[in-house]
Amino acid sequence: MAAKKPSGLDRRKVVAALLADRGDALVVTGLGSPTYDTFAAGDHDLNFYLWGGMGGAAMAGLGLALAQPKRRVLVITGDGEMLMGLGALATIACEAPKNLAIAVIDNGHYGETGMQRAHTARGVDLAGIAKASGFKSAATLQSMASLQSWLPEWNKKAGPVFADIKVSAEPAPMRLPLRDGTAIKYRFRTALLGADAQK
Amino acid sequence: MTTDQQTRATVWPDQIYEVLKDAGVTQVAYVPDAGHAKLINRCHADKAMHAVSLTTEEEGVAMLAGAWMGGAKGVLLMQSSGVGNCINMLSIYEECRLPLLMIVTMRGVWGEFNPWQVAMGGSTAAALENAGVIVHSVDRAEDVKETVHACTALAFNTQRPVAVLIQQRVIGFKNWSK
Repeated sequence: MAAKKPSGLDRRKVVAALLADRGDALVVTGLGSPTYDTFAAGDHDLNFYLWGGMGGAAMAGLGLALAQPKRRVLVITGDGEMLMGLGALATIACEAPKNLAIAVIDNGHYGETGMQRAHTARGVDLAGIAKASGFKSAATLQSMASLQSWLPEWNKKAGPVFADIKVSAEPAPMRLPLRDGTAIKYRFRTALLGADAQK
Repeated sequence: MTTDQQTRATVWPDQIYEVLKDAGVTQVAYVPDAGHAKLINRCHADKAMHAVSLTTEEEGVAMLAGAWMGGAKGVLLMQSSGVGNCINMLSIYEECRLPLLMIVTMRGVWGEFNPWQVAMGGSTAAALENAGVIVHSVDRAEDVKETVHACTALAFNTQRPVAVLIQQRVIGFKNWSK
């Protein structure tokens, strides 16, 4: 398997574009840089920042999407995190939630642990796996132009929607959101459910 | 077996379904197990429930965290071998103090035929407790309903992960001759 040439997209610009028209969407972020990127794009009460539970972001998105079928649920995660929970792509495709979209911010590396190469830098095609699993929409995006033209799918298209977005492995400036999980939970549930959050 | 005993031996999956229904559970995540077959079928037949088949149990742990964030209650069904697949994902529940109801059918502890089930069956309760899960065990069919009811209340009222272990004695011997 030949290594793919990295596209060099700026991950912060990519995530900012993903969230520019979020409306009332609910956002789940995979641990590590996607959590920081999402915070850097603007803190929001309806961000469920995961700092752990590696491999679980997409499935947390599924549970949220089934619980809130009228809201768009956007999962923003990393390639290593997605690879750890690949079975989730099969499960999500089988459930076919119309309101769920998953974007992998794919730098081809494990950025938190010393920049070891990930399988996505060695030829593994996440969009191909999503498509073969039965996702309604699955794309690999390598340029800001292709990202911009895909954004209507991300924000509106009946899902499940998936994209593997190739970004630079250059680290972005450190931006760390709230990390107390219980505080994140109460903030999110109160914003979403109001007084029912306390029931 | 008397008729009473036979009735108790077969109604407990229906009783679990009724408890889940009364508690407002709408998401049922599972990896199939013979002991849960009847309950899984009932959940699939219920249009108000999302019964979601998983590729591995930890998917359900993550999924039900999302469910609670969205205001929905769920249950995770598995056999004891699946508990080992859940451990790191359970850290979400400790950190975020989320409720989780797990109903685990046991293997490898009582009347087992397959020696490969013994290792995980023997460490299921300890593994869950080490991961911060409150564990209650049931070894008589007539206690299943009350225990599941109590554990459902405990999980959702106190926002903590709770597991009910349905012991093999309740489920009965697996027939290996056919």
